Amino acid sequence: MTLLALTAAQAAEQVRAGELAPAELWEAYRERAAADELNAFLWVADEAPASPADDAPLAGVPFAAKDLFCVRGVPSQAASRILEDYRPPYTATVVEQIVAAGAPVLGKTNQDEFAMGSSNENSGFGPVLNPWDRSRVPGGSSGGSAAAVAAGLAPWAIGTDTGGSIRQPAALCGVVGLKPTYGACSRYGMIAFASSLDQAGPLTRDVTDAALLFSAMVGKDHCDSTSVAFPEAVRRPRAEDLRGIRLGVPEELTSEAEGLEPGVRENFEATLRLAEELGAEVEPTRLPHAAHGLSAYYLIAPAEASSNLARYDGVRYGLRVEADGDLVDMYSRTRAAGFGPEVKRRIMLGTYALSAGYYDAYYGRAQRVRTKIAEDFAGAFERFDFVVTPTSPTVAFPLGARTDDPLAMYLADYCTVPMPLAGIPAISIPNGLSEGLPTSFQIAGPAFSENRILDAAYALEQAIGFDGSVPR
Amino acid sequence: MSWEPVIGLEVHVQLSTRTKMFCGCELSFGDPPNVHTCSVCLGLPGSLPVANERAVQYALKIGLALECELAPRSIFHRKNYFYPDLSKGYQISQYDEPLCRGGRLGDVRIHRVHLEEDAAKLVHLGQSGRIHGSDRSVVDFNRGGTPLVEIVTEPDLRTPEDAREWLVLLRNTLRQLAVSDVNMEEGSLRCDANVSVRQAGTAELGTKTELKNMNSFRFVERGIRAEVERQVGLLESGQNVVQETLHFDPQGGTLTPLRSKEEAHDYRYFPEPDLVPVRVTEEMVAAARAELPELPAARAERYLELELSADTARRFAYRPDLGDYFERALAVAAAGDGADVSAQSLANWVAELASQLDDADPAESKVAPEALARLAGLVTGRGVTSAVAQQVLGRLVAEGGDPAAIVEAESLATIGGGGELEETVRAAIEANPDAAERVRAGKAEAIGPIVGYVMRETKGRADGGQVTRMVRERLGV
Repeated sequence: MTLLALTAAQAAEQVRAGELAPAELWEAYRERAAADELNAFLWVADEAPASPADDAPLAGVPFAAKDLFCVRGVPSQAASRILEDYRPPYTATVVEQIVAAGAPVLGKTNQDEFAMGSSNENSGFGPVLNPWDRSRVPGGSSGGSAAAVAAGLAPWAIGTDTGGSIRQPAALCGVVGLKPTYGACSRYGMIAFASSLDQAGPLTRDVTDAALLFSAMVGKDHCDSTSVAFPEAVRRPRAEDLRGIRLGVPEELTSEAEGLEPGVRENFEATLRLAEELGAEVEPTRLPHAAHGLSAYYLIAPAEASSNLARYDGVRYGLRVEADGDLVDMYSRTRAAGFGPEVKRRIMLGTYALSAGYYDAYYGRAQRVRTKIAEDFAGAFERFDFVVTPTSPTVAFPLGARTDDPLAMYLADYCTVPMPLAGIPAISIPNGLSEGLPTSFQIAGPAFSENRILDAAYALEQAIGFDGSVPR
Repeated sequence: MSWEPVIGLEVHVQLSTRTKMFCGCELSFGDPPNVHTCSVCLGLPGSLPVANERAVQYALKIGLALECELAPRSIFHRKNYFYPDLSKGYQISQYDEPLCRGGRLGDVRIHRVHLEEDAAKLVHLGQSGRIHGSDRSVVDFNRGGTPLVEIVTEPDLRTPEDAREWLVLLRNTLRQLAVSDVNMEEGSLRCDANVSVRQAGTAELGTKTELKNMNSFRFVERGIRAEVERQVGLLESGQNVVQETLHFDPQGGTLTPLRSKEEAHDYRYFPEPDLVPVRVTEEMVAAARAELPELPAARAERYLELELSADTARRFAYRPDLGDYFERALAVAAAGDGADVSAQSLANWVAELASQLDDADPAESKVAPEALARLAGLVTGRGVTSAVAQQVLGRLVAEGGDPAAIVEAESLATIGGGGELEETVRAAIEANPDAAERVRAGKAEAIGPIVGYVMRETKGRADGGQVTRMVRERLGV
């Protein structure tokens, strides 16, 4: 059991020191993943991987990938019935990079269908259970990855974040989740939800693991023209204090936010006090347009999704429901049977937002709000190193609590949506419990400030001393 | 009441780059289906497009050749619609920020030039060959993702013949740029037409229709002519033209409306988030400009300096195949076979050759430019008559060879002023006593039958002017 208690970075160090056999590590986790009771995994590898090279930075520590990452020959379905058992002929660039750095693919994790959701209840393959309380959701859309890491079914995992899909499940499961700067990691081979927002990132037990896994994910990819070279090496975080760091607390996302639970607020304020003790200056600030983030997000993301999901038409791959030779009927039946209700809702929203005569009022306007939000952040970063908020306004909510109320579900992303709209990085770290469930602290910085964010998160993590072991 | 057609063209040109517009698959024609495909052009989940730099450069060359304004920044849009030949459910195209705007080719203004990707090829199995009424359709994605440039003209054309002629000019210009195979039969050049008619002399435009599937130059002319006639017929019988898309059937030469399902689209254009804007630097423009051959306008200017007539200069400039051939022949003539052939008379012979070839490229005929130059030299040096030279040209077209050798072998050389011609002239006067009498009486124009007799007897080898002089001398006038 001590083996499973190691963080990924610790396990990697032991492998490199010759104290731990990668095969032993693999077998231990493979067994755990195969015995998954949370529905966190949709596929678990059964072939043992080749031994890692001696100098491989990730030293054979296996990782779990969200289902929407394409892995050659392995089911990659974005948790949608329309792609049931679809096995791509190629592997996503970030997965290839991680594998090349020495970490084998342990399995594919459950998620909300096409990453659309905040509770993992929109999966075509059933909901994921929160390891802290199995009657509750793990968050979404990368709920399988978050639950697997929290429950020790995987040393670490990768997910994608579009409006909060890494940070919010990380928050609800008590693990660390990093959403990188847009373009830092290639999107090639990531089954798209909303192209201008989607970004891959790590979900890990601690900040050090996040930095280590992230270091293998960055880079300009010639297959993704929106990717850019990361301007510096990703460093292992070592900061012990926050001296000289200025934290801005946006009132729109904290004191003025609706639906912030008292326990979440208390832990957030406690973390702010801790930050001050570590030498940080903490001051309120304004992000005047941040409150409109959700509105803009729910136009832009569905608009892009309505187009990105048009390819699932039953012609070339995935599900096809035949219809007596009538083409349009075949399209309709296939898509009616293959997509879940939330995906259909967003396709409808997005199609409407882009249609002739409405484009300017909806999509065009949402893009202008997006620009304003980015300007708000840029303004804040003139005075502050980081902007900090709670990650999720609530702790994990019970399964089924919000499924009948899409708007209540969308509010789960209230604090996480502005950052991807601005293309900036943000991390979520656990900062305590409320009613026995994890709460989280979010740190957002300017584009490509990941090293500094990781340092600040590391210093806070050490001071908070969160115990991530889930109750049994 | 007379009606004036108003015609604009939308031309799609497949670029002859090595690889596709947004992936690394090779371009091909005629290979087995679906062998040139990858995750990108098949629209597999997770794949992303990357713009082909070479295609951008080709499009810039076209923009420069058409005298367009090149946008320093342009973007791609998604054009969304469902169809089995579209692997992603959208076509990546350019919309309100195209690569090139404005411009001109010949008398026709260019509205815009933009880059996009071609759809895959659908093959409808069954009788009709169209999707409706076919039993089964199959898709060949080899063509899917081929780089396309769309060239849209202003509605500046006024006759079906002009439309065809301008399209030939465009084809030739693009061929000269070496950016496309420009073959209408193979689909590397495709032309749609927007057609309306209005009362001559009015400025207002009538309701237009869009014509598709005219896959040869001849069909473009025929299709537009048929549509103009149809519209005039409707208007003259008091009916209205309905804005619609029509499909040209080359067999019957008829136009049938596409079903509304095939055309009633809201394309929901929006900026393609998977691609970054195309930024055209001065270096890229300079590189494209450096690859430009001499363009028709400059060429016409140069031909005028050679003292070609304005018509000929323009024709050879806009038909680069004729221009090139002319210049090769001119180089031979200038190198000097003795006779001093003028550029214009040589040009006349090139034009004559083109007409005997039914407007095919003379470089692909059996007539070498050297041979044509020598033939023109023979005429100028009075070695053969024009009439004989026409016959020799016919022989060259059929068999090739050297004109002097043909003249020699067939004894076609012009008969000089020696005894043979004297004898024939005497016989001609004898055979036409009435005409001879009238010429003597001062009616100069009555000489025709006598000269005609000589030309018949000599099979055109005699010089008409010389024969006239000899007849008049003998008749003492």
